[in-house]
Amino acid sequence: MPDTVVDTSAAEQVQLTYAGAVNAALERCLKELPETLLYGEDIAKPGGVFGVTRGLRKKFGDRVFDTPISESAILGSAVGAAMLGRRPIVEIMWLDFSFVAFDQVVNQLSNVRYLNEGKLQAPVVIRTQQGSQPGACAQHSQSMEALFLHIPGIRVCMPWTAQDAYDLLVAAVHADDPVLFIENRNLYNAGKQTIELGGPVQRPGQLRERRSGGDVTVVTWGAMTRCALEAADLLAAEGVSVEVLETPWLNPLDTETILAHVARTRRVVVAHEANVTGGFGAEVVARIVESGVALAAPPKRVGTPDSRIPAAPSLLGALIPDADRISAAIRSLLP
Amino acid sequence: MTSVENLVGVESSLDTDTAQDLEDLHDVWLIRAFEEKVRELRVAGDVVGSVHLCIGQEATPVAIKRLLGPDDALFVTYRGHGYGLMRGIEPTAMFAELLGRATGVNSGRGGSAYFIAPEHRFFGENSIVGAGAPIACGAALAGRFDGTDRVAITVFGDGAMNQGSVHEAMNFAAAMKLPVVFLCENNSYSEMTPIADMVGDPNLFRRAASYGMPGERIDGNDPATLRARISDAIAAAREGGGPTLLELMTARLVGHYIGDAEQYRIPGELDRAHETEPVAVLTRRLIDAGCSREALDRVESAAREEISAAVATALVAPLADPATAKDHVYA
Repeated sequence: MPDTVVDTSAAEQVQLTYAGAVNAALERCLKELPETLLYGEDIAKPGGVFGVTRGLRKKFGDRVFDTPISESAILGSAVGAAMLGRRPIVEIMWLDFSFVAFDQVVNQLSNVRYLNEGKLQAPVVIRTQQGSQPGACAQHSQSMEALFLHIPGIRVCMPWTAQDAYDLLVAAVHADDPVLFIENRNLYNAGKQTIELGGPVQRPGQLRERRSGGDVTVVTWGAMTRCALEAADLLAAEGVSVEVLETPWLNPLDTETILAHVARTRRVVVAHEANVTGGFGAEVVARIVESGVALAAPPKRVGTPDSRIPAAPSLLGALIPDADRISAAIRSLLP
Repeated sequence: MTSVENLVGVESSLDTDTAQDLEDLHDVWLIRAFEEKVRELRVAGDVVGSVHLCIGQEATPVAIKRLLGPDDALFVTYRGHGYGLMRGIEPTAMFAELLGRATGVNSGRGGSAYFIAPEHRFFGENSIVGAGAPIACGAALAGRFDGTDRVAITVFGDGAMNQGSVHEAMNFAAAMKLPVVFLCENNSYSEMTPIADMVGDPNLFRRAASYGMPGERIDGNDPATLRARISDAIAAAREGGGPTLLELMTARLVGHYIGDAEQYRIPGELDRAHETEPVAVLTRRLIDAGCSREALDRVESAAREEISAAVATALVAPLADPATAKDHVYA
């Protein structure tokens, strides 16, 4: 991490949406790290397709710029600029679009530090967003974090709250590893939250205990966290105490804390919006099982079935997990 | 230049062009001797894995040996041993890298096709065809913000001209007027398939016009021509003129990789190529300028001796340490 002195006395409480929190984090990073650049498709003068980067071009000039619709050029140039000492923050408008340039992530970005034995690094942050939304087509709605979690060398973060969107983006930009930072457009304008700006730079990796409980542990991330909390409410009414662990950092994953919780409840559900096969839930379950922690019931995964994603809301609703499906999975673990 | 002059045994100073030709001949031989030694090591099994030699294509690396400024950045391909040597990586460290030794330029992590030496402004080979072009754009972009007048040079083959990443990079560089020099080494084969069969117009340099940048096809076997034209392109980029595409016509005198049966060759093709390859070009010119055959043989011998000494040192170096295999994945 670069040596930067963060004046935590500057911390202030404000009301911001998730999108506003991302914007505030970008502004802070552009201000305190002069080597940062911010670029991508429509992000500068238009302010981003969701308005997330609005106003930053005016404040920071040429360090914030628009690019051609060329994901290989965006990601590839970020690799090169980072190798030469910049700290690029690039936007891929939809995670689904990154696959036209997957080479630059899998074969290029991820190799810089290893090949150079740490003498050269590529501190790139790829900001993107993913997730289903009624009416979105199959190429604008997938949850694909697992593909990136399979790549050693790339950190992956999926914040859910506005506070984490702010804090963890600041952490990602300060980190010396490449980070895929996955936002969610359903969260961007889902109401203002009170958040604190200007706090200390966090180290990547901690999870959040969003609800405590003693009977079952739910591990989840991203927009699915809300469904897990709703499921916990439903089960509370039935007298079942459910704890919800949100893991905004998927790499590095705080496996130790997950294991400590599961050792106590001995029952675990892992829920994500991504489809089940090869989803990161499989990895979380494997780590729990391999740890030898005693379980009272087999662990359960909840995810989208292995299907393509349809546009029509009625079809989509039949696939994407919700509080009812998570509750059903929790109930199936109870004696 | 003095050492080369000593080598050929001339008392008085040579004219500048002849002295440069002599140095170039030495450097071509250095690369060729390195490559021939690598082939021996590969056949013997000391070097393992896929190896792509640049025999016949030495002129461009030789030409750019002194063209890079202190902040410039070079990005090449898996056929990049010659560039590594000309950027100043010690031949011993290069051999050691190919041999999987701890003393290799990347301690054995990169191998033949993916080594890198940023301390020599050599930002690596790349084993993905065309992938270096957008990365070079980023190096040029960084120069816009770090107070340098960096030019990025990216080298790729004719086959890479059909990659989307190269198209994206050329448009990106042209749209942003980035100081990038695109060098396309056209050896007429897209790996093992004639490039002419894989494009609608085999005049690859003509694509430059559609991106709004200068493009030119030049002789890729004569270091003197290459030096002049690449130097112009670098100067134009440095002065804010944006990118240039140069198509360098050359020939690979060996297979795409060691073990390539080369059944795609046209009869007589290699004989013709041997008449125009860099050693032949430079030898003819030096003989015309009055150098003796014996003097030129001494230039070759000196290069071969340097390579023999380097490989001997590399062969006794310790293997890359297995205990380090997982190091440096993350910060």
